[in-house]
Amino acid sequence: MTTSPFPILIIVVPLISAFFIPIIGWWRRGLCYPLVIVALSISVLSSIFILHMVVEQGTIHYYLGNWDPPWGIEYVIDHLNAFVAIIVSVISLIIAISSRRSVERELPEKIVYFYCLFLLQVTGLLGIVVTGDMFNLYVFLEIASLAGYALIAIGEDGAPFASFNYMIYGTIGACFYLLGVGYLYVTTGSLNMADLSKILPDLYHSKVVLMAFAFFIVGVGLKMALFPMHVWLPDAYTYAPSAVSALVAPLMTKVGAYVMIRIIFTVFGPNFSMELIPATTILCWVAAMAILFGCILALGQTDLKRMLAYVLIAEVGYIALGVGLANKAGLTGAILHILNDALMMACLFLVVGAIMYKGGLRNIHQFKCLHRKMPITMAAFTVAALSVIGIPPTCGFFSKWYLVLGAIDANRWLFVAILLIGSLISAILFFRVIENIYFEPADYAHNGGEHGEIAIDEAPLSMLIPILITTAGILLLGILSGKIVSIIIQFAVPAGL
Amino acid sequence: MEVVSSTRPLLAISVSVLAALFILLTGERRRNLRELWTILASLAKFSIVASMIPIVLAGKIIECTIIDLSPGIALQFRVDAFGIFFGTLASALWIATSIFSIGYMRGLNARAQTRYFFCFAFALNGALGVAFAGNLLTLFIFYEILTISTFPLVAHRETPEAIMGGRKYLAYLLTGAALVFFSMGLTYHLTGTLDFVGGGFLQGQGPSNILRLLFVTFILGFGTKAALIPIHEWLPTAMVAPTPVSALLHAVAVVKAGVFCVLRVVLYVFGPQLLSDLNLWLILAYFASFTIIVSGMLALAQDNLKRRLAFSTINNLAIIIMGAALLSPSAIIGGIFHIAGHGFMKITLFFVAGAIYVKTQKENVSELDGIGRAMPITMGSFAIGAMGIAGTPPVVGFISKWYLCLGSLEAKEIVFLFVLLTSVLLDIAYFFPIIYNSFFNRPQGRVNSGFDEASMLMVIPLTVCAIISVILGIAPDAFFHFFGIATLAAKNILGIC
Repeated sequence: MTTSPFPILIIVVPLISAFFIPIIGWWRRGLCYPLVIVALSISVLSSIFILHMVVEQGTIHYYLGNWDPPWGIEYVIDHLNAFVAIIVSVISLIIAISSRRSVERELPEKIVYFYCLFLLQVTGLLGIVVTGDMFNLYVFLEIASLAGYALIAIGEDGAPFASFNYMIYGTIGACFYLLGVGYLYVTTGSLNMADLSKILPDLYHSKVVLMAFAFFIVGVGLKMALFPMHVWLPDAYTYAPSAVSALVAPLMTKVGAYVMIRIIFTVFGPNFSMELIPATTILCWVAAMAILFGCILALGQTDLKRMLAYVLIAEVGYIALGVGLANKAGLTGAILHILNDALMMACLFLVVGAIMYKGGLRNIHQFKCLHRKMPITMAAFTVAALSVIGIPPTCGFFSKWYLVLGAIDANRWLFVAILLIGSLISAILFFRVIENIYFEPADYAHNGGEHGEIAIDEAPLSMLIPILITTAGILLLGILSGKIVSIIIQFAVPAGL
Repeated sequence: MEVVSSTRPLLAISVSVLAALFILLTGERRRNLRELWTILASLAKFSIVASMIPIVLAGKIIECTIIDLSPGIALQFRVDAFGIFFGTLASALWIATSIFSIGYMRGLNARAQTRYFFCFAFALNGALGVAFAGNLLTLFIFYEILTISTFPLVAHRETPEAIMGGRKYLAYLLTGAALVFFSMGLTYHLTGTLDFVGGGFLQGQGPSNILRLLFVTFILGFGTKAALIPIHEWLPTAMVAPTPVSALLHAVAVVKAGVFCVLRVVLYVFGPQLLSDLNLWLILAYFASFTIIVSGMLALAQDNLKRRLAFSTINNLAIIIMGAALLSPSAIIGGIFHIAGHGFMKITLFFVAGAIYVKTQKENVSELDGIGRAMPITMGSFAIGAMGIAGTPPVVGFISKWYLCLGSLEAKEIVFLFVLLTSVLLDIAYFFPIIYNSFFNRPQGRVNSGFDEASMLMVIPLTVCAIISVILGIAPDAFFHFFGIATLAAKNILGIC
């Protein structure tokens, strides 16, 4: 057990700040933004510190209120949590920095509520990541989801309906999850993950435990929008305000994936999920469908934001495929993809936000000549797009490398093919957009481009800097992925795979 | 073999990345400064590469390890004889092409020249990275950089045909890359390493059927870039690109990178021993022979000069691959040496096509009657290049064809001797009418029959390339020690020291 306050600081600081924001906002509206930045910066610093501690000393246990587990709530942070926590806190800080101008433009009346909900959402996501208690996880899941419903609902015209739709699905998912927790509590009398993983092996043949497992997978699958439980996602993320899509799109699904890894490999052991029932095999097939389905449906979209939402469904499929392959390389790929995809999606949604901020454009056919107007943003978009396709040396390539290795190691040739076909379809998807951005219509071409001189009209610095940071991340983390795997991820992969 | 560690390979590669950044920052406004960066970078690149030649000739390997990308695979450059061979060729011809490009682009008052020079510099970075890569993963990274950075060059004119050409190019090459990706994963799965070893490292590493499958996917994957028939279709279509692009990239850097990769796989991954055990060499040699004959015949039917040259390129690339596939010492020397010989001759021919186009806007063979009277230097160089390709002494093409013929006799396969001789006859059939018509036919219509050459920026590079191909034919070891390096590489591969 550790007495260091950092595990709890990650959550408490944004939570308390969320409550202070309405009060401060009532007094001075302009102070909300700095407060959010400060709160999230503290979270980032604590998560960096925790990662450092985990890498140095191994798993950290923090007992909430000094109650011993399994009676009290325990926060357990190992390599996997620390890794995901740092992703969540850093990405949400980046998004918060960039949100300022777009929130002022899109939601001038609701700045205070927006930031309050924003922090609650981040609190929920971080809480899910650090907790070691099944019921506590449910609480944070609901905090994140409820904040998410509200955030999405303040978007444009279709948003309230999309959010309602999301709420129905999300609530069903939460119910399934809660039922699962209940079943486990009835059979084992415990809610602590570490405790459960010790008690459960004796009960693996119980029907109740089996049902609990099924409920967990369906519940989490709904939350992470795993095909075919993705129906709520495209509408919700398309109509949400751009700052909100940029926050929830990279993080919510990734945190869901994290929960799935935890349940399949920590709470239930690998020999339950792989040998007793073919859960991981089913997951593989579902994931493969998700990849193909997401990519192919994305082909039909002309609204860039909606297209990205479908790409996101495919990306969730990649992570789930890595989890389902359930071998070292596959899981390494899945965990690495949590990081890479969070970065790529953050970058892409930030770019969409910047384009909408500057010109209100969303349809990819309206993007002609955009590279003259916004050269830096478009360069960032190109890099992120190449990463989604999986072109080296961007980071997206390396997670695909591990996933392909995992599929080959598992002798699943079909999944190798699906991974590669998915990449090729995303190449079509993104090069279609890139062509629209960079190649100009023929009438410009005849004038040698000189007549159509278009002034540079870049997004404001507060949006540009976060975009550039994520782009640099995409390029650097690709090269550094070997280090990330050898320092963090290889310890995050459960032993015995 | 002695290994020297040095950062020179990294420097040689990064010079053009730096140049690309400077080009981008300088932009269209100060175009002379921008062109200065290109020239400086090409000179710097060539001198760094040239400084490594003596070290390699002394039988040493230059190594530069940067970072671990994945367990057991580093981002590593290893300059061996074969690598320095291709690196020298690409960087030497970049100098000529840079000068020619300036003349060509300004002569046509082309648009988006900054993008053009930026992508060109980046493509060279890819080509050199491919040459110096020490393992398959590093090779693949630069292979993809080369693919992606060439796409804007192919589609440069932004006319509908150019964009279609670009799309076709990407469709073929990305599919090929996906196959390579798979093969690479499978190789890693089988051996746990991806480092190139002269003579191969796959021997005895897996069941022979899996190895056969691996060979097929590797050849199909890299074969797209090397434009083997029937996966060559993108190359003639990509001739819509500006001529310097066709010259350097589609005669030297891109397609030669494809051939280089095929040879790396054949000679450094599989190795002669394994290929003859599996009986794969004969199949590859027949596959290449098919390409040689068919492309020669298709070239006869082309009226567009650049398309005719493209099919001639396909023909010669297959000749190189056949040389490697025959696995006999002379054939390997001839094949490797033909990479350089063909590079100099074919770039001359493309430069001529470009000079004619800039001067007269003529693209078709049937329009070239009497053009030799107005452009004697240009067409004289064309004659030298064409005779060289057809294997006429004293041009360099004779040397490589001589060694290839010897090699097919050493391999005791007389069929391939006839294939080579037939291809020479086809070369004569499709090139000599052009030479004859341009000098001896009367010009059609009113054409200036006096001396009327294109800009010196174009004439000088093409003349220099023609002269060098004659000099290399008389003294194959002149300037760059190409022949010595090719012999060294062959020895290294066959294990003769």
